[in-house]
Amino acid sequence: MGEQGELAADQHVRYIVTAEKKKDSFESLVMEHLRASGAYWGLTTLDLLHKLHAVDSAEVVDWIMSCYHPESGGFGGNVGHDPHVLYTLSAVQVLCLFDRLDVLDVEKVADYVTGLQNEDGSFSGDMWGEVDTRFSYISICTLSLLHRLHKINVDKAVEYIVSCKNLDGGFGAMPGGESHAGQIFCCVGALAITGSLHHIDRDLLGWWLCERQCRDGGLNGRPEKLADVCYSWWVLSSLIMIDRVHWIDKEKLAKFILNCQDKENGGISDRPDNAVDIYHTYFGVAGLSLMEYPGVKPMDPAYALPLDVVNRIFLSKQQ
Amino acid sequence: MSSPDEEEGVDEWVPPSRRPELADVAPLPQGDGPCPVVAIAYRDDFREVMDYFRALYAAGERSPRALRITADAIDFNPGNYTVWHFRRVILEALDADLIQEMNFVDQIAECNAKNYQVWHHKRWLAEKLGPDVANSEHEFTRKILYDDAKNYHAWSHRQWVLQALGGWESELQYCNQLLEEDVFNNSAWNQRYLVVTRSPILGGLVTMRDSEVDYTVEAIIANPQNESPWRYLRGLYKGDNTLLVADDRISDVCLKVLNNDWRCIFALGLLLELLRMGLQPSDELRGTIEAINNSDPEIEHTDLATAVCSILQKCDPLRINYWSWYRTTLSS
Repeated sequence: MGEQGELAADQHVRYIVTAEKKKDSFESLVMEHLRASGAYWGLTTLDLLHKLHAVDSAEVVDWIMSCYHPESGGFGGNVGHDPHVLYTLSAVQVLCLFDRLDVLDVEKVADYVTGLQNEDGSFSGDMWGEVDTRFSYISICTLSLLHRLHKINVDKAVEYIVSCKNLDGGFGAMPGGESHAGQIFCCVGALAITGSLHHIDRDLLGWWLCERQCRDGGLNGRPEKLADVCYSWWVLSSLIMIDRVHWIDKEKLAKFILNCQDKENGGISDRPDNAVDIYHTYFGVAGLSLMEYPGVKPMDPAYALPLDVVNRIFLSKQQ
Repeated sequence: MSSPDEEEGVDEWVPPSRRPELADVAPLPQGDGPCPVVAIAYRDDFREVMDYFRALYAAGERSPRALRITADAIDFNPGNYTVWHFRRVILEALDADLIQEMNFVDQIAECNAKNYQVWHHKRWLAEKLGPDVANSEHEFTRKILYDDAKNYHAWSHRQWVLQALGGWESELQYCNQLLEEDVFNNSAWNQRYLVVTRSPILGGLVTMRDSEVDYTVEAIIANPQNESPWRYLRGLYKGDNTLLVADDRISDVCLKVLNNDWRCIFALGLLLELLRMGLQPSDELRGTIEAINNSDPEIEHTDLATAVCSILQKCDPLRINYWSWYRTTLSS
C-alpha cells in the first residue's frame, strides 16, 4: 500500500516484530550465532520508526544479559556463544536503546574491550587475535558509549587507523588493504569519536565517497561494483561525518532505497527485487534517516544510534 | 591416537544421535527463553548437531569425536564463530596435524569464500605453519580470486601472507595477469600499488614510477571509462604535485581521451586538477577545451579551469554539488 516511492513503515515493523518461522530458512541457520547483532539491527529500526515499544524491553534486556560472560566482561552473539567485541557493541547499543546501561558492570565490560588493544594500536576481535579496522571502530564506539574511552591508548589507536589510509583518501581493513566503504565508515567513525578527523583529507575522501553513487542512484562500496542498500549507511554516514553529504544526489539515493522494499511483506533487500533481510532493512531505514526522510527519527552517524539515544547518553548528568 | 579424521562415512551423513561413539552424550538444547526477540526456527538435523555440540562444548571435551562434531556444525553454519573457537582449542589439545586442518578449512572456504571465520582460521594456521606454506596459501587465494577476483577476504589474506610469509617474486606478474583479464578490477589495481610500494624486490615507488605511468596510461587509453587506473595514476604522484604537472604523459592522456570522447568525466577531472595545480596548457589542449565549450552554448566562456568545471557540472549531474564546490576553489 502507499504510492510508489514511499516508505512502507508499517510493513517493515511487522516484518521485524514477527520474523517468520520457516524451518528451512537459510537466514535462520546463519543468523543464530549473531543474534545480538540481529537484535540491534531490528530494534534500532523499530526505534527509528517510532515503534520500539512494540517489544518488551525487560525481555530483551534479560536475553541480552544471558549473552554476557561475567568472567571476561564480553558478550557473545547468542546464549552459549563465546565473547566477541562485535556482539559486545551490539549488546551495549541495544541497552542504550532501552536506556538500561545500568544493568552493566561497566568497568568489567570496558576492561574486556580495552584488553583487546594490541601494541601497534590495532584491536583484535577476541582472544583469537583477528585484527581489522572494524574492531578499532567497535572498541572505540563501545568505550565511548560507556564513557571509558580513556582506558585505551587513544593516540596509538588513531595512529593505527591512519596507517590504514590509502592514496585515494579511503581506508582498508589493514594497512595496504583496498579502500572499502564499510572499512571507511569504521575508520572515519573511530576518528570522529576520538576527535581525530583532522587526519582525513575531507575533500579527497569526500570525492571518493560521492563517486560511489551509480547511475541507478544507489551507492556501491568500491569502484566498479554494484550498488547495495547497505552502502546507503556506510557511505552516507561517512560523508556526513566529514561534512560532504551534499556531494551526492540524495533524492536519487532515497528512490533507490525505496525501490528495494518489499511493500507487501515488509523488509528491504540489497538491491531491487532481491530477497529481504533484517540487515538490509536496518541499513535502508538508517540511510533514509540520515537523509531526514519524514517519519524516521534522526540518527547519529558515528554511533549508529538514534540521535535522542546518543543525546541521552552524552548530555544527561549521570556519567 | 591417530590423527583426527573429519567425516566417518563419506557416502552418507550419519546424524549424531545414531553414532555409537556419541551414545553416552546427553545433547544440550539451545536456551532460547519463552519469547525470543528475533525468532529463529531451526532445521531438525541442524538442531541435533548443535545439541550435541553444546553438550561436548559444555563438558570441555577435547577429543576426536568432539572435533568431528565441530566439523558437522561448521558444515551447517560456517559462520558460527564459537564452533571455530572450540575447534581450535581441540586442535591444540590434540596436537593435531595442521596441514590436514588447512586442507579441511580450504574445502570450507571454497564454498564460503566471504566468511570471516574461515579466513581467520586459515590465518591462525598459517601463522603456526610459517613460511613453508606461503606458496600453497598464494595458490589457494589465486584459486578463490579466479572465481571472484574482487573477494576482499582473499585479498586481505593474500596481502597478509606476502608481508608475513613472503612470496613477492611473481606478484606483479599476477597483477598484470588479473588486469589483462579484467582491467576494471579495482582490487588488482590496489594490489599493484601494494607491490610497487612494498615489495622488497622491486625498489619502491620512485624507482617504479616511470614504468608504472606507462603501464597505466596504456590501460587508460584502452578503456578510458575505468575509474581505477585514473586514481592509480594520480596515486603514483601522491605528494608530488610538481612532478605530476611536469610529466607530459599525464596531460597527454587526458587530451587523447577527450579528443575521442569529450564527456569522459575521469579525463576532465584529472585535467581540472592539473590546471588547478598550475599546468600551463598546450595550444592543442586549449583548443580541445574551447571546442567543447563552443559546442554547447550553455557552457560559459571563462578561464580554462572554470570552463572544464562547467563541462563537468553538465556531464556529471549526479555530482553537480561537488563540481560546484570545486569551482569555488578555482577563484584564485
